[in-house]
Amino acid sequence: MTVSLEFIKDYLQEGLGSKVSTSTLALDELTLEVAAEHWLEVARFLRHDPMLDFAQLTDLCGVDYLTYGDAEWDVTTASRSGFSRAVQAEEADPFDFGESDGDVAFTGKRFAVVIHLLSVSRNLRIRVRTRCEDNGFPVVHSLVEIWNSANWYEREAFDLFGIMFSGHPDLRRILTDYGFVGHPFRKDFPLIGQVEMRYDAEQKRVIYEPVSIEARVLVPRTIRADQRFSPPTAERDD
Amino acid sequence: MPEIRNFTLNFGPAHPAAHGVLRLVLEMDGETIVRADPHIGLLHRGTEKLAESKPYNQSIGYMDRLDYVSMMCNEHGYVLAIEKLLGITAPERALYIRTMFDEITRILNHLLWIGAHALDVGAMTMFLYAFREREDLMDAYEAVSGARLHATYYRPGGVYRDLPDSMPQFLPNRFRSEAEAKRLNANRGGSLLDFLEDFTNRFPGYVDEYETLLTDNRIWKQRLVGIGVVSPERALQLGFSGPMLRGSGVEWDLRKKQPYAAYDKMDFDIPVGVQGDSYDRYLVRVEEMRQSNSIIKQCIKWLRVNPGAVMLDDSKVAPPTRGEMKQDMEALIQHFKLMTEGFCLPVGESYAAVEHPKGEFGCYIVSDGANKPYRLKVRAPGFAHLSALDEMTKGHMLADVVAIIGTQDIVFGEVDR
Repeated sequence: MTVSLEFIKDYLQEGLGSKVSTSTLALDELTLEVAAEHWLEVARFLRHDPMLDFAQLTDLCGVDYLTYGDAEWDVTTASRSGFSRAVQAEEADPFDFGESDGDVAFTGKRFAVVIHLLSVSRNLRIRVRTRCEDNGFPVVHSLVEIWNSANWYEREAFDLFGIMFSGHPDLRRILTDYGFVGHPFRKDFPLIGQVEMRYDAEQKRVIYEPVSIEARVLVPRTIRADQRFSPPTAERDD
Repeated sequence: MPEIRNFTLNFGPAHPAAHGVLRLVLEMDGETIVRADPHIGLLHRGTEKLAESKPYNQSIGYMDRLDYVSMMCNEHGYVLAIEKLLGITAPERALYIRTMFDEITRILNHLLWIGAHALDVGAMTMFLYAFREREDLMDAYEAVSGARLHATYYRPGGVYRDLPDSMPQFLPNRFRSEAEAKRLNANRGGSLLDFLEDFTNRFPGYVDEYETLLTDNRIWKQRLVGIGVVSPERALQLGFSGPMLRGSGVEWDLRKKQPYAAYDKMDFDIPVGVQGDSYDRYLVRVEEMRQSNSIIKQCIKWLRVNPGAVMLDDSKVAPPTRGEMKQDMEALIQHFKLMTEGFCLPVGESYAAVEHPKGEFGCYIVSDGANKPYRLKVRAPGFAHLSALDEMTKGHMLADVVAIIGTQDIVFGEVDR
């Protein structure tokens, strides 16, 4: 038997009540936002409720919201020197008189854990997201006891984002090298990495050195409001 | 007498049966596996992080390189996720072309699997047979995209170009005689569709050949029957999908249950196993090859009589043709903009999954309205399968580990990403 997502949305509102902060239905996908403290409870409900029967955890991943909505190229406003040059070189811009705000300390919850669940009997999918409370030491409860497939996915999220999963039986790094330092998928981790490795013929062993390549941006990150998807904020008069 | 304790055995990462770069730390009691701890990540390239640094359409090529034996299916998952966020659908002809190439890819993947799996278990001939057929299908890839493996053929809004009317020919040279070239060119006289139709007529006979070699083979059955049994409940719990899930008796196929492309118009069956052992998974995959063959036939039939556009007529996502670019200044600017900056996706998130030859391949895209994904998560089927290796091998013998790795159809490009 299949049921509509609208029905499931109402059903969850009824069954979980205030444990769900928001539930949105967009692009035929239902997304629940859950506080970290209710994470395990909500997961248990979704797994065992006979109406839902989300027997499979298809995916679990971390998301780092540090630079969400930041563009490298301002395409909406022009400064005195014209439109910005997209990607700036390292040295200071002679025309920058302190107008640009530079790095603003990030406020808000940075790390999120997103799971995608699948109900084979109802042919349903759902997405649940929780934000970790502490940006410095993000912790969320492990789901391994509910879905065993979460085991490696949580190890991956720990490895790449540094999100801790309390109650995980074996939280080790999984994808990065033995002895790797840092969490590479964090937005403040450089794309080129921090160290490079080579065999040193003199010392007769493999050594690590700071990277010798320079970070480059080939295409700047640009955000353009598309008229088709968002209504224009101000009418232009010309 | 000293106490005899378990010992650990290091399997791989350069062992031919490790299917690439699997390092397996096995804790053994005699020849019995007590615990298997796969160490992965030796092929980790950070595909998802790389994709975050590039416009959407420049990452399609990375998708080919995830599961490098089922290239176009990976592209399909990625392209679908983008199309979902953009709210566009490819023209019908493109949907049929995608269906056809998804199935060609499925056969390509299963051929490699059956060859490598049989080779691991001790049957050398299968590998040679499977690669003979792969050659034809890779020629089809080459004819349509110019590349034999990493095609980058699917694009948001359709496919790169329509099917060609002629097939490339073999020329005689120092190593290939006139007669040999003529023999090779025998079925390449017509269009790509003629070539594929000829293949689909031959292919069921080839599958029969494989089955005469393996299905009732005593050694093959001794090595596979009752090995790596997974119950349907455990299969769901462990995140299995695709033939691994169907081998355990769960009737679940995204092509039927959540149809995409033109699968809702196709007539095919989902083979399901009974015992949930390696032998059942073998039977499921062999039957899938036959079903794929029939789907390709149906697509060829439709594609012959329904010409039309293969790319959406939407200049926001589709580049102008070469001809237009040489005539029209705006087209040139449009092309430059699309190839450098790319297109921006609306704010939101989407998850699109396809029935990849190995299971459910999904792409989760978080967009903040930019021309690059804010976060791209690739849900690779092999990752979940390999995480169950410990449970599947427990209590089996060392030689069975090789058979179980084979039956899981592991490819490290997608496991490590």
